Amino acid sequence: MNESLLRELVPAVISVLVRRGANFASAEDAVQEALIRAFEAWQADPPREPKAWLVAVAWRKFLDAARADASRRGRELAMDAEPPAGPVSGADDTLRLYFLCAHPTLPPASAVALTLRAVGGLTTRQIANAYLVPEATMAQRISRAKRRIAGLPLDQPGDLSTVLRVLYLVFNEGYSGDVDLAAEAIRITRQLVGLTDEPEVAGLLALMLLHHARRASRTGEDGRLIPLGEQDRSRWDTGLITEGVAILQAALARDRLGEYQAQAAIAALHADARTAAETDWVQIVEWYDELLALTGSPVVRLNRVVAVCEADGPRAGLAALADVSPDLPRYLAVSAYLHERSGDSKRAAELYAAASRAATSVPEQIHLIRQAARIRAGGPRKA
Amino acid sequence: MKYLLLKHYRGAPTPVNDVPMDQWTPEELDAHVRYMRDFAARLEETGEFVDSQALAPGGAFVRSAGAGQPPITDGPFAETKDLIAGWMIIDVESWERAVELAGELSAAPGAGGKPIHEWLEVRPFLTESASVTE
Repeated sequence: MNESLLRELVPAVISVLVRRGANFASAEDAVQEALIRAFEAWQADPPREPKAWLVAVAWRKFLDAARADASRRGRELAMDAEPPAGPVSGADDTLRLYFLCAHPTLPPASAVALTLRAVGGLTTRQIANAYLVPEATMAQRISRAKRRIAGLPLDQPGDLSTVLRVLYLVFNEGYSGDVDLAAEAIRITRQLVGLTDEPEVAGLLALMLLHHARRASRTGEDGRLIPLGEQDRSRWDTGLITEGVAILQAALARDRLGEYQAQAAIAALHADARTAAETDWVQIVEWYDELLALTGSPVVRLNRVVAVCEADGPRAGLAALADVSPDLPRYLAVSAYLHERSGDSKRAAELYAAASRAATSVPEQIHLIRQAARIRAGGPRKA
Repeated sequence: MKYLLLKHYRGAPTPVNDVPMDQWTPEELDAHVRYMRDFAARLEETGEFVDSQALAPGGAFVRSAGAGQPPITDGPFAETKDLIAGWMIIDVESWERAVELAGELSAAPGAGGKPIHEWLEVRPFLTESASVTE
């Protein structure tokens, strides 16, 4: 049984249960139980109609739970055992699940967990494993999130920007535990593209594909980080790049620019360059200007500094750096790079060493201390 | 039996090969990283590895200031403070085995490709369940 095919059915099955009168929280629990049953039972004997199987098992689980709950409260269960035949509007229902799971009232970590479970069809154990927390903790996080959104109507249009932010968070988590979260994020976003008519959704998908295309070349032996300029471009996935660029072009043609399209445009310009030296940095700076106008984000301002350095030289880069807040996590690393490019090796090595102490991940910490070591050993920057 | 192998940024006795990391050559850094990875991988194979985490040097002391008050923080840490860099948790048969493994980890190569011989703190876990004697 193909696990991801099975997962794709999850939002639709939840929607069927909700249409039949189950509330979202109970429906989602029942489908999760049915999913776990399916993983066990289908290995040996996959059913001919997977969706019908899931609906039947989940509905039974839901009724069992509802009956147990009703008898605990000493009440009659006011729910027909035989489901009414509701109107079929699968796509809209699935889209509403995205909105609900990424509801703005939820903290990001909860929205991520709930989206992965109800939209992505991952099990609590897989999500816990990917985020390195105990399964019981993740189960609590998900049920608290569901309590928080209980009572919210399922038929309201939601906020697409929080949905996109949640999917981007999942994508950036990468590969952790036994689940490839980046691939899951792409799958869920691809599904969302089919449900909406919004260029930013396509922009996010393009961005993910273009970044994913570089994954194999991003880390070297021993898990060492390889910066964009030093990556072996022959290892970039040209299929993903072609797809990402086509999706981006179609989105940009709609003339409703947003931050994900602008980021994808930058990624596409990198993908276009056969060597790092051929990169069109002038155009990249222009896209950063667009991105900055759209977001006003300090992180964008910092990344723009690097592009300015490449386009107009280190002096211009250092001038642009003066407008950036030094409190940003990667400020020291960017400053170190600019000082090295401007020929001030001694200061660059000091800054790289300081940057490594401010690093927020182990690979980054090692990468930055290695940059300091390389300069002190008199090594050239690989281009 | 579980043991914590604790690595310090500062506060442990001075290692034999005491050269700060940013003074090593890139090759020496690579060799060190490889050694650490291989060590953890080997313990996974022998069924003795539990967990390994690294800590950033930042942070602060925090304490309650009483009900209704925001907590008091004291930080960043003074240069004299004992500062933990990270840990590895192992699950082994005996104290002797824990010491043996800590010795190996301490011999990770540093400057000049020579073992650092840094001091690691080895601490037994208190178990959760009381042992029953009948």
